[in-house]
Amino acid sequence: MPLIELKKVSKSFPPLIVLDELDLSIARGQSLVIIGASGTGKSVLLKHIVGLLRPDAGEVWFDGGRIDTFTDRQFMELRRRFGFLFQMGALFDSLTSGENIAFPIVEHTRKKPAEIARIVAEKLAMVGLPGFEKKMPAQLSGGQRKRIALARAIALDPEVILYDEPTTGLDPIRADVINQLIVKLQRELKVTSITVTHDMASAFKIADRIVMLHEGKIHFDGAPADMQQSPDPIVKQFVSGEAGEAELAGLK
Amino acid sequence: MPAVQIIEKIGRDTRNSLAAMGEFWRFVGRTLLFLFTGWYRWKNIRLVLPQMYEVGFRSVPVIAITGAFIGMVLAIEAYTQFKALGQEHRIGGIISVSVVKQIGPVLAAVMLAGRVGGALTAELGTMNVTEQLDALRVMGADPIRVLVVPRFIACIFLLPILTIYSDMLGVVGGWLVSVKSLGIPEEPYWRAAAVAVDNWQIFEGLVKAMFFGGAIGLISCYKGFTCGAGAQGVGRACTNSFVTSFIAIIVLNFFFAKLAKDWYIAIYGIRGMLG
Repeated sequence: MPLIELKKVSKSFPPLIVLDELDLSIARGQSLVIIGASGTGKSVLLKHIVGLLRPDAGEVWFDGGRIDTFTDRQFMELRRRFGFLFQMGALFDSLTSGENIAFPIVEHTRKKPAEIARIVAEKLAMVGLPGFEKKMPAQLSGGQRKRIALARAIALDPEVILYDEPTTGLDPIRADVINQLIVKLQRELKVTSITVTHDMASAFKIADRIVMLHEGKIHFDGAPADMQQSPDPIVKQFVSGEAGEAELAGLK
Repeated sequence: MPAVQIIEKIGRDTRNSLAAMGEFWRFVGRTLLFLFTGWYRWKNIRLVLPQMYEVGFRSVPVIAITGAFIGMVLAIEAYTQFKALGQEHRIGGIISVSVVKQIGPVLAAVMLAGRVGGALTAELGTMNVTEQLDALRVMGADPIRVLVVPRFIACIFLLPILTIYSDMLGVVGGWLVSVKSLGIPEEPYWRAAAVAVDNWQIFEGLVKAMFFGGAIGLISCYKGFTCGAGAQGVGRACTNSFVTSFIAIIVLNFFFAKLAKDWYIAIYGIRGMLG
């Protein structure tokens, strides 16, 4: 049984149809990467899985239960099982890095301060930033912010981690640190990962399955090796990252 | 523009306005619901204390200065009129009752809407556009409970206290000009003030302040939660927040004045200020 399943999910922001009767199943423990051009609904799809957006039509299932009909309160409970890394980190500016990581623990558990401090230190070490508890988000670089945000996302030991463009805005070295981190967490925590990206180097490094969105539907679904050898012109163009005639027409 | 398009536009605008109104009252309802379901737990109270400091303590100087100067201006303006009637020794009554019933609460509320309301909208608006509100949601924490309720509580509890400051400084300002500068004798000044201001007037001002505080907190937070994208969206939401809060204060004040006057007459009958 798949852990997450989207059945004929449609979503539009008039006049734009973003998802068009999309079907997708994700198995437990899988590292799925969703790619596609900007504006093809990758982040929208991710937000449907945690209920930040609701489908106009279709169903979303998680662990054998339908969740798109959940009330906000039911979703609040369910979201403890998810970790979400936002594109820009979305750290709370007014809290230190340590307080950011501790936030979900304080919200959902009755752990003592010493125990919380121990977990925070452990998560910081896991993302390679030990001793960063007192740093404010404004004092951190882009890569560090993402790593702190990742430490916060795994604070409650989630079953599923969703990454929304984790390497965007980072230089190749910092981007690779994040990629290695995603692989490491996947291996050590045995989580299910869903990553949205248009960074192909990152996709090939972290995925054991790649799905490509195009015009609201899944255009490609397969292993990274299959994607590299795909004869499909749309897939080939995206993998090679070369603009075609249609994209360049506006420049002439 | 053809008639059909005009009707269409009116229909669309009406629908959008009603939808926005419905959204706001839903927001208010959810805030009040959280208020009655466990805000007294430590994990929630810890969020209220910093807001109380921000809304209350840091607003004291600006509220005090405004209150004092308004009291002083009232004394200067009222003095000539009262002197023309030969009643200048009664000036304490009009100054005190104006300050305690109307100017104190309204001015404190307007200052709070400007100083704190704008800041609340900017803070929550920035959190909205940088996905921090979504981050709260995916961590299973309701942003209304974590962000709105503490700010709402701080506003409803601290605006009455700020109003007391505003009232006190307004009365002192009026006294300073009337007695120390314009030479009105001390004893008749305070006697007139005591006749004009009774517990009802003070109570009315403070209850009013509580409602003004609630309106400022809810409007400012709602505008932050629903602001448009980017710096422009946040800036527009801040302006919108102040203007809406200001209108709400003025309109609420009218209805309070009417209601309180009716009740006062029903309980005590008509009593003259110059008694």
